Order: sequence, then C-alpha cells, then structure tokens
Amino acid sequence: MATVVAVPLRGTEQRSEWRRGLRTLTRNRLVMAGLIMSVLIVLVAFFARFIAPYDPIANNVHAALQRPSAYYYFGTDRFGRDIFSRVVYASRTSLLVALTSASLAALLGVTLGLLGGYFGGWVDSVTGRLMDILFSFPALLLAIAIAALLGPSVRNAVIAIAVVYAPLFGRVVRGSVLAERGKEYVEAARVLGASTPRIVRRHIFPNILSPLIVQATITFSAAILTEAYLSFLGLGTQPPNPSWGTMLADGRTFLETAPWMSIFPGIAIMLAVFSFNILGDGIRDVLDPRARAD
Amino acid sequence: MRTYMAKRTLSLLPTLLGVTILVFLMLQLVPGTVVDQLFGSDSGAVAPEARAAARALFGLDKPLPIQYVDWLRGAMHGDLGASWRSGIPVSRLIATRLGVTAELAALALAVALLIGIPLGLLSAVRENSPLDHVIRVASLFSLSLPIFWQAAMIILALSLWLHWVPPVDYVPVTRDPVGNIEQFAIPSLVLGTVVAAQVMRITRASLLDVLRHDYVRTARAKGLTNRAVIVRHAFRNALIPIITIVGAQVGYLLGGAVVTEQVFSLPGIGRLVLDAVYQRDYPVVQGAVLVIAVIFMGTNLVVDMLYSYLDPRIRYR
Repeated sequence: MATVVAVPLRGTEQRSEWRRGLRTLTRNRLVMAGLIMSVLIVLVAFFARFIAPYDPIANNVHAALQRPSAYYYFGTDRFGRDIFSRVVYASRTSLLVALTSASLAALLGVTLGLLGGYFGGWVDSVTGRLMDILFSFPALLLAIAIAALLGPSVRNAVIAIAVVYAPLFGRVVRGSVLAERGKEYVEAARVLGASTPRIVRRHIFPNILSPLIVQATITFSAAILTEAYLSFLGLGTQPPNPSWGTMLADGRTFLETAPWMSIFPGIAIMLAVFSFNILGDGIRDVLDPRARAD
Repeated sequence: MRTYMAKRTLSLLPTLLGVTILVFLMLQLVPGTVVDQLFGSDSGAVAPEARAAARALFGLDKPLPIQYVDWLRGAMHGDLGASWRSGIPVSRLIATRLGVTAELAALALAVALLIGIPLGLLSAVRENSPLDHVIRVASLFSLSLPIFWQAAMIILALSLWLHWVPPVDYVPVTRDPVGNIEQFAIPSLVLGTVVAAQVMRITRASLLDVLRHDYVRTARAKGLTNRAVIVRHAFRNALIPIITIVGAQVGYLLGGAVVTEQVFSLPGIGRLVLDAVYQRDYPVVQGAVLVIAVIFMGTNLVVDMLYSYLDPRIRYR
C-alpha cells in the first residue's frame, strides 16, 4: 500500500484549493440563493435611509392602523407609524445585534477553546467545565435570565446572546486544536524554536478557520432569532426603536383587527434567518465535505 | 454497565455544583441590591434601620461565599426561598407549574418524532430527488420561524376560518381530558415542528451515513429488498445519533416552552419565569432556572445511558 505523505500547500496550490471551494459554492443553487438574499438584507440595512419612505418612529395618529396600500406598503401600526419603514430600519438593529453578539461569542469562545485545547491539563479542565456549565442551561432560557437580570436593553441582550453562544465556539475550537496540536508540523515548528503564541497564530489558527467560519455563520442566524425572541419578550430593543421582535409584540393585541402588524415583521425575521441558515449550510458543505450528508 | 452509569453520574457532580454557583451569582447581576429593588434606591425614603434590618433578613450582611452555602443548603432541602411578591415558597410555585410544562414538552416531542423521523427516512431514501429537496428546504424554513410568529399565524388562521380562539383558562387533564388535549394540540404542534426539522435533518444524515457501510452492501448483495435493508439493518443503527439529538432538543423544548406558554397562556414553569421577570420577582426566576437546568441535565444523563445501552462501544471509550 502506498504511504500518503501530507505535503503543505504552497502559494498556487493553496489558491487553487480556494478556487475549487468557491466553484463548489457558486454551483450550489440553494447556497447562491442564500448568498444573494443575505447580501440583499445587508444592503437594505445599509441603505435603510434611502429605502424607507417614512420616519420609522414618527407618530401620525390620523393614519393609525391603515391597511397595506400604495401609500403604506405594509400598512401602519396603532401610532400610525409606517410598518414598511419600520421593517426596513429594524433590519439594522437585528443585523447589528447579531453581528456584535456573534463576534463577542466568537472572541470569548475561541479564547476559551484555544487555551483549553492548546495547554490541556488543568487549564483545559477549568475551561471545559465552564463550557459544560453553560451547556447545562437551555440556550433561550439562559439568554432570557441574563438579559432580564442585567435589565432590558440592547447592550444587555448582546451580552446575553454572546454568553449563550460562546461555548459552541469553544467546543469547536478546542476539538480542532486538539486534533492539530498532535500533528507533525506543529511538532516541527516547536523544534525549530517557535514560541507558543507564534505556533497558535501562524500554524494552528489558520487550520481551524473553516470550522470557525461555519460556526460563525450558524451563530449569526441563531443570534438574529434570539434577538427577536428577547425583543418580543421586552428584554431587547426598547420602544420606540424598531426591531422585528418588538413589532411582533406590538402586533399581538391587534392580531385580528390589524394582522399586517404581525405578518410582515415575521416574514422579515424568517427571510433573514433562512438566508443565513442556507448560506451557513452551503459554506459547511464546501469547507467540510465530510459533513455534506448532514 | 453499572460502573459506567455510576462514573457518568459522578462526573456530573462538579458541573452541577458549577450550575448552582452560576444560578446563585445570577442575582448579583441585578443592578443594586435586593433591598434597593424592594425599597427603591432613594436612600432618604426609607429609614437606614429598616434597610439594615432588611439586609439582615435576606442574609446580605454576610460575605458572599457564606450566602451561597446557606442558599445551597436550602436548595438541597427543596427550599428555594420565597417569592418577593406573594411570599409563597418558590418550590411550591414550581411544583404546581411543572406538570403543564412536562405535558407540553412531551406532546411536542411526540409531534417532532412523528413528523421528523418519517420525513428524514423519506428524504434519505430518495436522496437528491425533488422530494428530498422540498423536505430539506421545508426543514430549513421551519428552523427559521420564530415560535411566537408561527403561533400568531396559526391563531390568526384558525380564528378567521374556524372562529377558534385559544382558551384563556387552563383546563387540567384530570378535569376535562378532551378539553385539555384541545388546549395543548396547537401549542405542541407549534413547538414540535421546529424540533421536527432538527430530527428530520439528523435522521436523514444518519441514515445516509449508515447506508454507505459495508454491511448494508452485504445485505443488498444477499438479495434483500430495499425495504428490508432499510427497516431491519440501516434504521436501527441510524437511530443512535437520533437519540442524542433528541436529548439536546429537550433543552430547546424547555426554552421554547417559555415562549409557547406565554403566547398560549399556559400556566407552566416558563410562564412562571416570565411573569417573575416582569415583576422583578428574582428568587422565583433563580429557582425556576435552577430547576429547569437540573431537569435538562437529568434528561441528558438518561439519554447518555440509553445511548451506551444501545451502542456498547461507547462504554469502553
């Protein structure tokens, strides 16, 4: 039997590997749909000022509870605020909260995972136990408890979401570091006199990037959903600022008289989460072919 | 098997201790002290003596580690303190609500398995067919739906077409079993469909993985029908990862129950947590979160045992 020798990829080969991945990505129609929708949602959030026809928080009692029409595409709420403009502006809140909380979760989780995975021993015991403890709570319940006890605000919602999702990053990173740490190239780097931070930064980190990207995309869509839950329960974005979750909470009492108040923000959440979900699924297919069956 | 069970249970103890520390420290997150929360932070409004007396009453004059040990000792005897609003012991409040949440979670889990497993099997057997694509996209859609929105849309549709509105008052199963099932049907369907999507995805992935094994090829080579191969050989082995995901989903069910109970006015433990959150009744929040976490850990332990029973290789790792 032939011996397989792992040869580190150099310049052009590495680039062609990326190109192959990109080709797989662009060939998958579902992933492309997810990518296009995600980009569109980001653009809507970015250009909200130019897209929204009305001020999202300006009251207009004369136009309260209007049905969807040519003037108000998605109708108006009980204060006469334009639902379309609010849905458009709310995309900013949702994406911003999701981005900051997912980044914070990644920062916390990666740090814990790298420490535990690389140093092992008691460091790993402590970080691992910490993650086990956080995994012992149902995610949504923990987020609700943290956000409620810190006090309802967007900042606290971000902290709550980050704490809940950090252990997921920690677990992914720890596992990958453990797998990489024992490999020969790391041993070789150490023999050549590379310091621990250098080994982690230059050798281990680039190799755990793929599972990290996949986890980040999944967390991003989960964070959009969690922010919506927290805001719906009054623990995230505070009125009058528009957020898809608070809009749905507002719409509850008008479900039968003004269903448009509930329908459109809900569709917005669904589209956003769905887009980033299929994007995440697709990226995983490309970066981790073993998980393709999932 | 017994050694494995004992080892696995013991290894849970440090985590359980950590969970109690975290739950205890949760109250420290609240800005200001308990006394500020009760009397208001305006120091002139209440006599300093009264504040000091209240601090002593709640044991706040002791150092934090002592407070924790006192709290833990109480919790181990089922004493989780009393509600700040009603004075009723937290453990009694939780005990009266637990049944509702258990029923909701069990029914939702049944819905999830009844929908998720057959769809997952179908999707795997017809891999890459149009049906497979439809099922996979539908499951991703289902995962993207917020429970409260799905609930709102179902209530809207039912009230428009069938003039049905969810009952406001809770109907216990002992009083009116039919009315009880009627009340739980829609909430458990809503909560169950999201979990069904997860179950479907793992069933599909797991069966596809198993179908690539040599023994499946052998079974086919023996001339067994496709149905016999899948039902008798592949599905049994594919079940193992499904059981793990079901364990993890119990956490989702318990978290989702908070929102579902809120939307459908079901007096479960989730509703208890939210009501306590809105009334700043923190001992109730603390106690309920602890109980839910312990239940979640317990279910995961049971799932683990079941898993190692079904696949003895696990025990020797």
